[in-house]
Amino acid sequence: MSEYFAPIRDMQFVVKELAGLEQVAQLPGCEEATPDLVDAVLEEAARFAEEVLSPLNITGDLEGAKWHDKAVTMPAGFKEAYKLFADSGWTALACETEWGGQGLPKLVAAPVAEMWKAANHSFSLCPLLTNGAIEALVLTGSEKLKADYLEKMVTGVWTGTMNLTEPNAGSDLAAVRSRAEPQADGSYKVFGQKIFITYGDHDMAENIVHLVLARTPTAPEGVKGISLFVVPKFMVNDDGSLGERNDAYCVSIEHKLGIHASPTAIMAFGDHSGAVGYLVGEENRGLEYMFIMMNAARFGVGLEGVAACERSYQRAREYARDRIQCSDVGVRGGPKVAIIAHPDVRRMLMTMKSHAEASRALAYVVAAAQDTATHHPDADERQRNQAFVDLMIPVVKGWSTECGVSIASIGVQVHGGMGYIEETGAAQHLRDAQISTIYEGTTAIQANDLIGRKIGRERGATLNALIGRMRALDAELAGQAAGSFVAIRKRLHAGVDALDEAGDWLVATYSADIRSASAGAVPFLMLLGTVAGGWQMARAALIAQARIDAGDRDPFYPAKVITARFYADHVLSKAAGLASSVTDGAEGVLALTDDMF
Amino acid sequence: MKILVPVKRVVDYNVKVRVKADASGVDLANVKMSMNPFDEIAIEEAVRLKEAGIATEVIAVSAGVSNCQETLRTAMAIGADRGILIQTDVELQPLAVAKLLKAVCDKEQPQLVLCGKQAIDDDANQTGQMLAGLLNWPQATFASKIVVAGEQASVTREIDGGLETIEIALPAVLTVDLRLNEPRYATLPNIMKAKRKPLETITADALGVDVAPRLKTLKVAEPPKRSAGIKVADAADLVMKLKTEAKVI
Repeated sequence: MSEYFAPIRDMQFVVKELAGLEQVAQLPGCEEATPDLVDAVLEEAARFAEEVLSPLNITGDLEGAKWHDKAVTMPAGFKEAYKLFADSGWTALACETEWGGQGLPKLVAAPVAEMWKAANHSFSLCPLLTNGAIEALVLTGSEKLKADYLEKMVTGVWTGTMNLTEPNAGSDLAAVRSRAEPQADGSYKVFGQKIFITYGDHDMAENIVHLVLARTPTAPEGVKGISLFVVPKFMVNDDGSLGERNDAYCVSIEHKLGIHASPTAIMAFGDHSGAVGYLVGEENRGLEYMFIMMNAARFGVGLEGVAACERSYQRAREYARDRIQCSDVGVRGGPKVAIIAHPDVRRMLMTMKSHAEASRALAYVVAAAQDTATHHPDADERQRNQAFVDLMIPVVKGWSTECGVSIASIGVQVHGGMGYIEETGAAQHLRDAQISTIYEGTTAIQANDLIGRKIGRERGATLNALIGRMRALDAELAGQAAGSFVAIRKRLHAGVDALDEAGDWLVATYSADIRSASAGAVPFLMLLGTVAGGWQMARAALIAQARIDAGDRDPFYPAKVITARFYADHVLSKAAGLASSVTDGAEGVLALTDDMF
Repeated sequence: MKILVPVKRVVDYNVKVRVKADASGVDLANVKMSMNPFDEIAIEEAVRLKEAGIATEVIAVSAGVSNCQETLRTAMAIGADRGILIQTDVELQPLAVAKLLKAVCDKEQPQLVLCGKQAIDDDANQTGQMLAGLLNWPQATFASKIVVAGEQASVTREIDGGLETIEIALPAVLTVDLRLNEPRYATLPNIMKAKRKPLETITADALGVDVAPRLKTLKVAEPPKRSAGIKVADAADLVMKLKTEAKVI
């Protein structure tokens, strides 16, 4: 089976019952998001993802984006699919109504984005980056820039890119060398080379709006001297029509491990006469603005981790149901059975299922918190939610995408030798999933952001508030006598203890010995993700049990309780080990001299 | 011109249905439901007729439980202007639905009723024909092309031997076949607009229709498992087997 079926049942459960659609729909500006509308949106998005985007996933991988004569041609079907995507209004889902968007909350946008990513990771990157660019322009662009660009981008007629990375400025953006020279008319001429520019060129839309980081002649060195510019592929005339070709060209695209249909461009700005650019906001504040895009994009990339878990799980599950091999264990000479009967295959499938559900639950809960942080009338409530969002974005990004890779790898393993053969499609999920741990900041960059800006600087205040919320669940879990809840409670309790201990160590060590703290950054990020995922699975199990007790016969609910129990015993149980790596692991990381490696 | 389109909420075509243990029917608990695909084609055609300036209003009608509202919202997201739900928890059979639809037609006075040729759950293929009979209107079934001009419709029908084109006078009942059109994807703005379109709920009683089932389901069973094929020696052997064993030639 190569088809993707959007996991609508779990999405509805998480959106409505776990992440609190009802509360979000009461926020000013979110009133449209009634349960029936959300159902209708999810169902139609599922149809689009399943019928239009999913069939192009394998063909796009095989054909890949092609470069010739400083332009990119997309694989067959992508141009038509993108047009249908934009015409159907999907690009505008979460954008502001002022610019032609539908203004739906993030809690609704998240499952829809997950569907695009699971159906076709490569395709989904184009709207993801366009949305990031839109968000940056909405918040920081001048009225003129907004009027010239936003509506066309919101409606998907034009797409957007983020141009940060240069050959010598990857994770270290302070090293950006591209320059922007002010012109008499108030515009700038931009010169420089940018690499790793996702959808830097393609043939799906008539114009591409590049957001480019560059330095003005008077800019100070380092991160405080970088400005942000809009550089369109085609100039935009005063009447909105397209003018001359700007001096911004894709000079090559990369050959990559995965996401073959997504063109990763090397962009040359100003090789001929200088690329015309327009300053976004104020000079020297570019990096700050770029982080607006970056946070939205990081959350979006986190959803790729969820999507990778889900898609590879679905494929492995179908294969395990079809593949007949060996008798049931313990039945000598018995009939051959489908491999889904074998205990270790079940363990692998449960690992996949529980990670998909845990990472989804966490991501959507963070999406709901983003809505509350933006729309809640009470300033304290906004601030409290924003702090939670800021803490969790590197976790949703770093942890979910690391899960995506390990789960896609298990997906290959479930297929055995056939998984290593490209034809089954399991390998593509693994190849595609790997990039999500790298772009928009590698896992280590996320982890450093987490232990530094999000924890160390505020001495763990938000983290401790979160730990308090996790502990508050204990009493409710104690009220359930069933074996699953005994296990969930025990593991969550131990996991939160481990998180608490590692958090305290980190806060103390961050100011005293930042090298040791940094050596434990990624294990800490994985610890926080693992425990936060367990926290959401425990909440989900309680909600499911309440439905069962109320007489609901939907098999979804008992399955949810068991999945939460599996997660507790097989995933959450690793929290103590991760905590030890944080608190005891620095010596082993740092002790060797460079030449001893 | 007003067009009325009956839409039925059925088990989604992707779902592998299972017969209930007591053989009383198909298990519908927690199964995904959606609009009957042939009805979707009918809605699409009606909306195209409206976009072409031929129809002025498209009304979607559904009969059944309150969840049929979702099906009506889907129809309105494709482009129907309003919806009517005839709400009842009784198991509806084709004749009862035809009577309910007749009552709605008497009230709404449409020039055209566009039905799916059959529903994919019971495959009855009766409601449109019965409705035409009750209304005493002309009917054209299995339409793969519809051209409306004034008080006439030219309808191309899919018949066993190929295609047949007939002219019928309006008002009429048409039932549509698979090849008539390819339904569009509902756009997000239209999904949101559909929420605000009027949806009227009436009861079967209010229409004065007795919807009590006339047919009794005795037993529902899974189709027999297909047995493995055999290899035949040559063409003569094949012909012989087709004659004597399969008895199809």
